[in-house]
Amino acid sequence: MSTSTTDSTAAERLGIRAHSDGPVVRASAAPASFVPVQTRSERFASVHHADFAEVTGFEAEWKLTPVDRIRSLIDGELDGSAYAIMYPEVEGTTVEWIPRDDPRIGTAGTPEERASANAWTNFDNALLIDVSGEVETALTVTRSTLGDAPRAGHTIITAQPNSSALVVLDSRGGATLTENVEILLAEGAHLTVVSLQEWDAPALHLASHFARIGRNAQLKHFVVSLGGSVVRVNPSAHLAEEGSDTELFGVYFADADQHLEQRVYVHHDAPHSRSRVTYKGALNGHGARTVWVGDVLIAHSAPGTDSYEQNRNLVLSEGTRADSIPNLEIETGDIVGAGHASATGRFDDEHLFYLQSRGITEEEARRLVVLGFLSEIIQKIGEPVLEQRLLAALEAELRAVA
Amino acid sequence: MSTLKITDLKVSIETDQGTKHILKGVDLTLNEGEIHAVMGPNGSGKSTLAYTIAGHPRYKVEGGSIELDGENVLAMSVDARARAGLFLAMQYPVEIPGVTVSNFLRTAKTAIVGEAPAIRPWTTTVREAMKNLRMDNEFSARNVNEGFSGGEKKRHEILQLELLQPKFAVLDETDSGLDVDALKIVSEGVNRAHDTTGLGILLITHYTRILRYITPDFVHVFVDGRVAEEGGPELAERLENEGYDRFLVDQPAGA
Ligand SMILES: Nc1ncnc2c1ncn2[C@@H]1O[C@H](COP(=O)(O)OP(=O)(O)O)[C@@H](O)[C@H]1O
Ligand SMILES: [Mg+2]
Repeated sequence: MSTSTTDSTAAERLGIRAHSDGPVVRASAAPASFVPVQTRSERFASVHHADFAEVTGFEAEWKLTPVDRIRSLIDGELDGSAYAIMYPEVEGTTVEWIPRDDPRIGTAGTPEERASANAWTNFDNALLIDVSGEVETALTVTRSTLGDAPRAGHTIITAQPNSSALVVLDSRGGATLTENVEILLAEGAHLTVVSLQEWDAPALHLASHFARIGRNAQLKHFVVSLGGSVVRVNPSAHLAEEGSDTELFGVYFADADQHLEQRVYVHHDAPHSRSRVTYKGALNGHGARTVWVGDVLIAHSAPGTDSYEQNRNLVLSEGTRADSIPNLEIETGDIVGAGHASATGRFDDEHLFYLQSRGITEEEARRLVVLGFLSEIIQKIGEPVLEQRLLAALEAELRAVA
Repeated sequence: MSTLKITDLKVSIETDQGTKHILKGVDLTLNEGEIHAVMGPNGSGKSTLAYTIAGHPRYKVEGGSIELDGENVLAMSVDARARAGLFLAMQYPVEIPGVTVSNFLRTAKTAIVGEAPAIRPWTTTVREAMKNLRMDNEFSARNVNEGFSGGEKKRHEILQLELLQPKFAVLDETDSGLDVDALKIVSEGVNRAHDTTGLGILLITHYTRILRYITPDFVHVFVDGRVAEEGGPELAERLENEGYDRFLVDQPAGA
């Protein structure tokens, strides 16, 4: 059953598919003829590449992904050595490479698909970013010289108890990379992680982020995907202890023949946990392709959960495709709130009319509307310098639209 | 002297039930500095007239003309009309997510004038204009119309009227939904714009209430897509006492 969003009349008039449901209880969601949906927490997981079946491209996990373009990452040999990074000295943070047998590795999550497992099987060293205390300055770790040879990566970000920090993972240049990123928040930690994909146009990048959020800790997580040929960043957040909280944001802009995918998973696994998922994207040019999947599982163990997820896409030209698939599984009746919304549409004519009626040209009006639409996410980062830089990057993307 | 001349204007829209003819031959001439009230019952086509002047794509002109100083307005894009000096204060202003009021106002002013206003004096001008309309300065940082109350939206429309300084403004039920205090503030803004720029105004309203604060030179009674009667301010007083009933007798019931 679906009810329209509040703006559905305007949306329908403009041919927009709107979708917004209240909570759906898993047991009653699937028609009888369907294979029962496997609960997300029971999905197979392993760190070994060989434990996963060959990828055909028909699997639920891969059917929306151009697997033929990323075979080298799913199955190929990977260089797992440390690579060059750049970062400033920031008090309260340490950045170092650690060996793969370090006991901290593997504590946040386990790969659920073959490309992620391929990265795990092949990395030699992991990049450790640790924060402690109240870190005032944003720490930006940049990699820009990965090159085109297929690579495996592994990163761990640890936030010590009651620490607060903003960590930016900035990726540029060329890459053929599959990687895992573990994010561990100890009790009371407040961490913002911004994963910035500003790759060169031919880059291939698959990433799984596994966050484990401790008691009364909060993770704000941003996936910003602008550059690259195929970029698939899948963040999962395990709300593992009482009072844990996460806000997962994403913003993406797909140009012609660009595939940008994000599969988000929020696992409410402790009482009084809260999650908000907000992803917004724009598509422009023939073959521009985006995928957003938002899985939220509210487990028996998570009474008092408060959860909401949404995805909005703005279509700027013909020949694009945006998939937007929210899934909400609820195992406990005792929740504060759970909901999801998804909408993919063209420009709202009324927005354009309003701006144009003030003398603003159609081209400028479109630019304002798109920038406004996407900047709602950027504004949430809370780091003015970075926000300005990302807005400028979005403006550059938009120049191609006119 | 500028003139906005509407001649035998016929307008339809496409609905699910087919083509609907709304304006059935409207004649109206506005000169610079004049205030014309257009009064009529709900559904008579007042907003259709306003939107058609502004160029909303939904409204299809079937016949007639709109000229601004002899120029064919109907051939102009929406933004070209605004740059030529036309302004519409909307009955239902839309929210524009992520676009701040300050960014919007500066972009609009730049578009109308043809070059960006110098930042310092512009900021002062905006602040003064907002103060006059009793708008808190924090409005600048908010997104256009997002979370604005009905009254705040209307003030924001009049703020734009004062800042963009058009030759002719159409005010579509700017008074509806305002309490007396807000109505006074908004009316003051309209009168200020009128006094300082010699603006011509088409004041669309359902009620006579706003005419206590903004004095029209002419009153046009609008019924079923046409001007049914014209006169001076005394016509508004008659409407106040008698309502629209005597204009509606020919109407089929329920129309
Ligand atoms: N978008 C629309 N869809 C369907 N009917 C409309 C639409 N806009 C206007 N109309 C119809 O056209 C007529 C005139 O409407 P309008 O111009 O809004 O009148 P007013 O502003 O005087 O109340 C009404 O019967 C109204 O129902
Ligand atoms: Mg109206």
